[in-house]
Amino acid sequence: MTEADATIEVEHLVKHFGRTVAVNDISFTVRRGEIIGFLGPNGAGKSTTMRILTGYLPANAGVVKICGKSVASSPLLTKRHIGYMPENNPLPEDLRVREYLTWRGHLKGLRGRRLRERLEAVLEQCDLQRAHRRIIGTLSKGFRQRVGVADAILAEPEVIIMDEPTIGLDPHQIIMIRDLISRLRGRMSVILSSHILPEIEATCDRVLIINHGRIVAAGTPDQLRSEFINRTGYEIEVHGELAAVRRALEPLGESSTVEAAEGTPDGDGFQVVTVQTGAARDHGEQILRLLGAAEGVRVRALTRHQATLEEVFLAATRRSWETTIPLKGDAARAAIAATDTGHASHPGS
Amino acid sequence: MRHYFILLRHELRVLIITPSTYIAAVLFLGVMGFFFQELLASYAAEPSDVSPAVGFFKLFFFPVFFLTPLLTMRSLAEERRMGTIETLMTTPVTSIEVVLAKFSASYLYYLAMWVSTLSFHYVLYRFAANPQVIDPGPLLGGYLFVALSGLMFIATGIFSSAVTRSQLVAGLMAFSLTILLTLGLRKLADLALFMTTPGEMVNAVAAHVQIFQHADDFVSGVFDSRAPVFYVSTAAFMLFLSVLALDARSARS
Repeated sequence: MTEADATIEVEHLVKHFGRTVAVNDISFTVRRGEIIGFLGPNGAGKSTTMRILTGYLPANAGVVKICGKSVASSPLLTKRHIGYMPENNPLPEDLRVREYLTWRGHLKGLRGRRLRERLEAVLEQCDLQRAHRRIIGTLSKGFRQRVGVADAILAEPEVIIMDEPTIGLDPHQIIMIRDLISRLRGRMSVILSSHILPEIEATCDRVLIINHGRIVAAGTPDQLRSEFINRTGYEIEVHGELAAVRRALEPLGESSTVEAAEGTPDGDGFQVVTVQTGAARDHGEQILRLLGAAEGVRVRALTRHQATLEEVFLAATRRSWETTIPLKGDAARAAIAATDTGHASHPGS
Repeated sequence: MRHYFILLRHELRVLIITPSTYIAAVLFLGVMGFFFQELLASYAAEPSDVSPAVGFFKLFFFPVFFLTPLLTMRSLAEERRMGTIETLMTTPVTSIEVVLAKFSASYLYYLAMWVSTLSFHYVLYRFAANPQVIDPGPLLGGYLFVALSGLMFIATGIFSSAVTRSQLVAGLMAFSLTILLTLGLRKLADLALFMTTPGEMVNAVAAHVQIFQHADDFVSGVFDSRAPVFYVSTAAFMLFLSVLALDARSARS
């Protein structure tokens, strides 16, 4: 990735609050048009990292560059490139939606016709046309959240940072926000944090999993899956003896297991059998071929169970607990470095 | 300073559309009207050689002690508590612009309240049999003093509001600082400790920062340039501290 392409560059970022280390040596880069998801347990340092990116909090060490400019040395320049929606989305209660957005537009340097155009555009994009005359204090959570998103994208910044944009929304509103973020893909860099893992998986190009102020895993959801979950599960509806199925699937290798799922065969004599293979690679076709060739076994259906991001998340954060908790200081850093090299050894997966 | 006017216009707009602005103004006028009426009643009972305006500004401190903390305690503390300070400070505005806009809005509101008390004097002038009861000199001096000292009191309130998330703490702190600046400085000038040679300078300075004395001087037409210098410089210092307080952020605010 070239330097010119990167809108956010973070190098060795450190932030303490008193004796608590909130962010501990985080480095990452975000390209133009990329959507990045921050994942991590509460208190992992996601919000702190985001606040440092926006220039709201100063860092103790490290470099943050937005569009090539350092946040610490030219904050007014970098703030122009950022649209930010904080956690809990604070809004003034007494203003009307349009008044608020107009004021925010003025602060962000929009004027006259351009401001009117952008205002209409974001009201439409965020489905706020019906609510633009309403007082923010009387709006429901979903509307308020959309006002926050509208504010973040108002000045068409290169970088959009949203802390928990979908928290407290109903499924319809979540889909709406998700579509909205997807539409920004390719034009703006987006960083968002969320607890809802399918949410991240559906929207983000890359995921950074943060725990204890460190990045414990980074990559596309597929990369993370193959890195942390080294098996794939299948459910097969099959007619025939379990032993015959086992025999037929022996070529899958030692590490694979074949178990009958709970429950008795249905009326037609079909039973659900789960198969676990020892790799993230797809064995679906091979399984079908093997069972098709086997005597006295008939297959009706095969479903692949992909590991969810949830499992990846649990595996990644668990690993970081194991490596960081018993160790302190440099030893912990060495342990993280060791796991990092571990990541690098699976490049093709 | 490009954003200062945007911020100030926003602050004023919020003041204008908020009902509490008007409720506070009505209550203030009610209390001041009551004092004024009492004052006139005492004039009616026994003649006095000073005009009612002079007496009116003697009552100046009572509302200042309560009014300025109440007017300013919301400004920055509320933004911190609500978290809107975060969305505000992540736009390309500087802390100086934010503090100055908050200060200007509160100051204009404070002035507007005092200007509305001019109506008392108009009513008196209109209905008094003797137009001589209105003496424009003390009135002018008095309102000038209110405008000048207001700079310092409002800036003190803004500073108190900048250091905390709690409106209660901000209000009480502004109240205490106001007492310190008025009664405390008077006490300082009276302290025997500073009457002697090593402390003479403190005493000399303290003698010139007597806010009650300033009030009397202005109302009686004595315009001492040291008073405006004191109010403007103290206000500037308080605002400077507010900018520092706003820039120092913790994890929670």
